[in-house]
Amino acid sequence: MGQSSIPVLQRGDGFREVLPEKWVNMYRQLVKIRSFEKQVNELYLTAKMPGLAHLYIGEEAVAVGVCEALRTDDYITSTHRGHGHCLAKGASVERMFAELLGKAAGYCRGKGGSMHIADQDRGNLGANAIVGGSAGIAAGAALSAQMRGADQVAVCFFGEGALGQGLLYEVMNMAALWKLPVIYVCENNLYNEYTHYSETTAGTVTARPEAFGIPARTIDGQDVRAVYFAAANCVERARTGQGPAFLECLTYRFHGHFVADINRAYYRSRQEEQEWETQRDPIHRLASWLVEQKWASAESLDKIQAEVQMEITAGLEFALQAPFPDASEVDQHVYA
Amino acid sequence: MSTPEPAARELTLAEAIREALAEEMRRDPRVFIIGEDVAEAGTPFKVLSGLVAEFGPRRVIDTPISEAGFTGIAVGAAVTGMRPVVDIMFGDFITLTMDQMVNQAAKIHYMSGGSLRVPMVLHTTLGATRRSAAQHSQSLHAWFSHIPGLKVVLPSTPYDAKGLLKSAIRDDNPVAFFEDKMMYKMKGAVPQGDYLVPLGIADIKRSGKDITLVATSSMVQVALSAAELLSPIGIEAEVIDPRTLFPLDKQTLIASAKKTGRAIVVDEGYERYGVTAEIASVIAEGAFYDLDAPVKRMGARDVPVPFSPVLEDLTVPTPESVAEAARTLCETISAS
Repeated sequence: MGQSSIPVLQRGDGFREVLPEKWVNMYRQLVKIRSFEKQVNELYLTAKMPGLAHLYIGEEAVAVGVCEALRTDDYITSTHRGHGHCLAKGASVERMFAELLGKAAGYCRGKGGSMHIADQDRGNLGANAIVGGSAGIAAGAALSAQMRGADQVAVCFFGEGALGQGLLYEVMNMAALWKLPVIYVCENNLYNEYTHYSETTAGTVTARPEAFGIPARTIDGQDVRAVYFAAANCVERARTGQGPAFLECLTYRFHGHFVADINRAYYRSRQEEQEWETQRDPIHRLASWLVEQKWASAESLDKIQAEVQMEITAGLEFALQAPFPDASEVDQHVYA
Repeated sequence: MSTPEPAARELTLAEAIREALAEEMRRDPRVFIIGEDVAEAGTPFKVLSGLVAEFGPRRVIDTPISEAGFTGIAVGAAVTGMRPVVDIMFGDFITLTMDQMVNQAAKIHYMSGGSLRVPMVLHTTLGATRRSAAQHSQSLHAWFSHIPGLKVVLPSTPYDAKGLLKSAIRDDNPVAFFEDKMMYKMKGAVPQGDYLVPLGIADIKRSGKDITLVATSSMVQVALSAAELLSPIGIEAEVIDPRTLFPLDKQTLIASAKKTGRAIVVDEGYERYGVTAEIASVIAEGAFYDLDAPVKRMGARDVPVPFSPVLEDLTVPTPESVAEAARTLCETISAS
């Protein structure tokens, strides 16, 4: 036995023919998440949004690369840093902004807020504000698909901070035993809140799933193409009954742990941040590649940026105008 | 009173539970059982014996010893169209499921603005005097009763057990279902075939005019025995079993206390901050002007359950202690 018995995950390049339009659409999705999150930050800074938010800026390629490998009826579970997953799975900007502002038109009628958006029509079983808290739900959705004889898969997004939670290991064990169609996507953005993960994480990340016989790979989470190919490979395996897989996506949150985490020098250097922002921005990387391949021109990409910005502006306007829930809703939906 | 015909066939409480599960699993392919040693072993109490033979290991699923993990998996399966029954062998182990039950299952419907539902049952045990010491003897049903979004069911007879479990399985909410493990061999009349005992309806187990004994689960038989001790000295006790702690049939409890003017609440959970406190306050508020005495509470002694039989037996109310308390309550006030 030993590691040789674990199936090897393929890089997946050329896994299937990818049309240029698909890459261009991924560019649009990356830009949409970036623009949405910038707007959220602005709402916070101008005190227009109740509460707080955890921005996904810098990590967009993980959500987009993974969700582009999924079908609408596939499931995802998300995290407190979940706006990107939600948008990448196809959520509407209008209803997301409405939720962030606590409006009745929001995905959760204003009862969930930034950390709990769920979008049942697109298989998004919800963001989760307990770190690692959705690991069971994702595996359960996978078990449900298996029991119903459906070929849906479930993706469990979590940050490397969730590696500290026992629940994850309990469910990875069962997912491996029962060959559940679940894909664990670990977004390693290097920081458990304000603590570098090397101070909290013994051994290696991928040795954890490998201990259960779950194939695992570490990939560049800033390269949407690498994420897409790796995810597509995992999804294909899961869909055809070959069981779970684990992707460690190396990424970086360009902003702080949450919107008010502005002075960060005590836990990471400005120089480190600038290196990621200037050299490892997932949007710039895809844009350069698209232009190199002559699959897009700088002008056409600018046009996409402008179109996305219009969608964001209109979505925000909708949410700002939308009514708050009626007071009677406070007691609704406690029980089904 | 929902007492069945005396001519009906008798089953033990364990058999009634098993029959309810079997009938529901035949009726609805979405129902499945998941937990530790639920299949061939049928649990240490043999409550589930034989179910795997009929329904197979894909619907009666043995798990690793991972209560949080398989409870979380049940939540995910419930949200995606299944109706799991989670078996937690000893009620003490619900502490291991708390995040999944309290932060996930209980809140998902509300947090999602009503779009997601969690139709699941957590089936577990309570009760001391089995000489099992501090970690296998607690009655922790108050923990779940505290949480909006959960329902809590405590059957006290085989008849109620079957009808309540079927209602719990058909409920669209997470329901915690507690059985006293000392009562599994208790026999009672149980009709063949389908019938439901609705959640939220108390049952008057014995009519009386002098004092109300509100008793739950294991304490119903204790209260009925106490009533038999009281009858020869001229005190006729009314014994009421709420059967579900949420929803709680406040109306029936208050009406009885108004009629008798005196009430004792008996429950095997810890007395402090417990079920007895909640029900006593319901009666005190609802029947205040008709009460001839303060409402008395009798719960488990506020100590970890000790092993030694002479000590353990001191920790739970008995027919003698309840009768003595009732006699004192009736006499004291008559004298004043």
